[in-house]
Amino acid sequence: MLDEFRMKPKRFVPSTAKARRDALRFYFYISPWLIGFLVLTLYPILHSFYLMFTSSTLTDPGEFVGLSNLYYALKEDTRFLVVFKNTLYYVAMFVPASLVLSFVIALMLSQRVKFLGLFRTIFYLPYVTAGVAVTILWGWIFNADYGLLNYSLSLLGIQGPDWLGDPSWAMISIVILSLWTIGNNIIIMLAGIQDIPETLYESAQIDGAGKFRCIFTITIPLATPTIFFNLVLTTIGAFQLFTQPYVLTNGGPLNATRTVVMHLFTNAFQYGRMGYAAMIAWCLFVVIMVITLIILGSSKKWVFYGD
Amino acid sequence: MSKVLRKIRAKSNRVFIYLVLIAAALICVIPFLWMVSTSFKSMREIFMVPPTLIPKRPILDNYPKGWGYSDFTTYTKNTVLLAATATIGTVFSSAFVGYGFARFKSRLSGLLTVVLLGTIMLPSQVTIVPQYILFHRLGMIDTYWPIIIPAWLGGGAFNIFLFIQFFRTIPRELDEAAEIDGASSLQIFTRIMLPTVKPVILAVTVMSLVYHWNDFFTPLIYLSTTSKYTIAVGLQFFQSAYGNIQIGQMMAVSLVTLLPVLVTFFTFQRYFIQGIKMSGLKS
Repeated sequence: MLDEFRMKPKRFVPSTAKARRDALRFYFYISPWLIGFLVLTLYPILHSFYLMFTSSTLTDPGEFVGLSNLYYALKEDTRFLVVFKNTLYYVAMFVPASLVLSFVIALMLSQRVKFLGLFRTIFYLPYVTAGVAVTILWGWIFNADYGLLNYSLSLLGIQGPDWLGDPSWAMISIVILSLWTIGNNIIIMLAGIQDIPETLYESAQIDGAGKFRCIFTITIPLATPTIFFNLVLTTIGAFQLFTQPYVLTNGGPLNATRTVVMHLFTNAFQYGRMGYAAMIAWCLFVVIMVITLIILGSSKKWVFYGD
Repeated sequence: MSKVLRKIRAKSNRVFIYLVLIAAALICVIPFLWMVSTSFKSMREIFMVPPTLIPKRPILDNYPKGWGYSDFTTYTKNTVLLAATATIGTVFSSAFVGYGFARFKSRLSGLLTVVLLGTIMLPSQVTIVPQYILFHRLGMIDTYWPIIIPAWLGGGAFNIFLFIQFFRTIPRELDEAAEIDGASSLQIFTRIMLPTVKPVILAVTVMSLVYHWNDFFTPLIYLSTTSKYTIAVGLQFFQSAYGNIQIGQMMAVSLVTLLPVLVTFFTFQRYFIQGIKMSGLKS
């Protein structure tokens, strides 16, 4: 009774009817995504959380085994720690190099260069074509005896290594291939730099600041949100490295390029060990989360969110 | 005096910038030229030291031989069909969902927007194992459904996000005026909203086409019958079976499979760049 009384004034306000209609429309339009999210994301997340504590295979739901998947990973699966080490090694090399390189190139492109459109197209080309075909191409470029890379190095008087055959060079080769496809980072960086208002540079120049100083006092601080955005997405992407090592080296030589996702792939889709693969996926997720949170936490110190 | 010096320095700075940019551009382009060159070389010329950039005796053999080694015509048909179906789904559903997020509010809309953005950062490997089990239970392994269905259910948070960004820039008066004229919500969406977001539609279309053309992981895990392979999977099997022996043929076939991507990119590059730029807007 009391409730009804309270509801009364609201019920006849037209905005409530509109709000209800709006809510209905909201759910109507987002329904494809909502269904997809519930069935193909949320349910799988919960299911895989359960799976990692089981001995489940594709056809056999298996039984609850507690933490023995984790125990197996740490004590018996000799590849488990190796694949995490390899992936971290790749991330540690690729992410900083990719950020610095794409920022420097974007900075140069922002200096009112001629043929900006042409440069942008050319830099973006490797990114757009990235896939199996281009990876096969790089396999040929990395060829120790007849490859283009070692031939170019020999012109400089350098004897190139056996890129894909030498365990200490194989992952570096994959970093080089990945660095070749950073075109979209360059474009995002360039857009970020171009968004910086011209007037800031003008007033700095009036104050007598040189070009070089402007880069450090204006461009870099004001581009930090873009750099941050790139850092987060590049890091998350780098942890999921799969196609390049799978096609180029199939994880070899001596497991030097075997990544976490390759290990997950092998266990889930070649051995059918779904429970164990789910555990690997969660370990990867935790590592990614921790590193993303560290980046997010540090962002307060270095990312500049202007006025 | 110092003015002259400064000018010289500015000039040499610019020369340096151009040199670096040209070097970087060459690094981007030369591998492709190397690919073209190798594809026209005979075995003997491929393994010649020093290598030639322009083949001395160009041959065409690598193209028909490589293409005929495996059923690349079928793989191409499969990939075209799959990429087209998935892209149509992606464009329609992400525009539809994006419109909902951008225009309407409900009690949960704030939370759901955060969830949506959160899924952009969610590594797909976390869900791939149970998703595979789910599709297995539905009897959809070795079909294209596991690739097509997600495309029709929103088509990825990133694309939805692009549409949300763009819909928000369109004045609400446009919807309201149409509503007063008696248009239904769906009519407003299809007749007024969709035409105004044409640039995003094109950006999402070309990016989705290229994405599905290049995608390797998803078809690799879901498809097992050879005749259902996509180009990416077919190429990889060609490579692992043939090894590094028939490099000329490998390069020829790889190049042919890249052509559609290259043509799409050069024709619509404006939309690719726009799509990437928009993604960086709200970081």
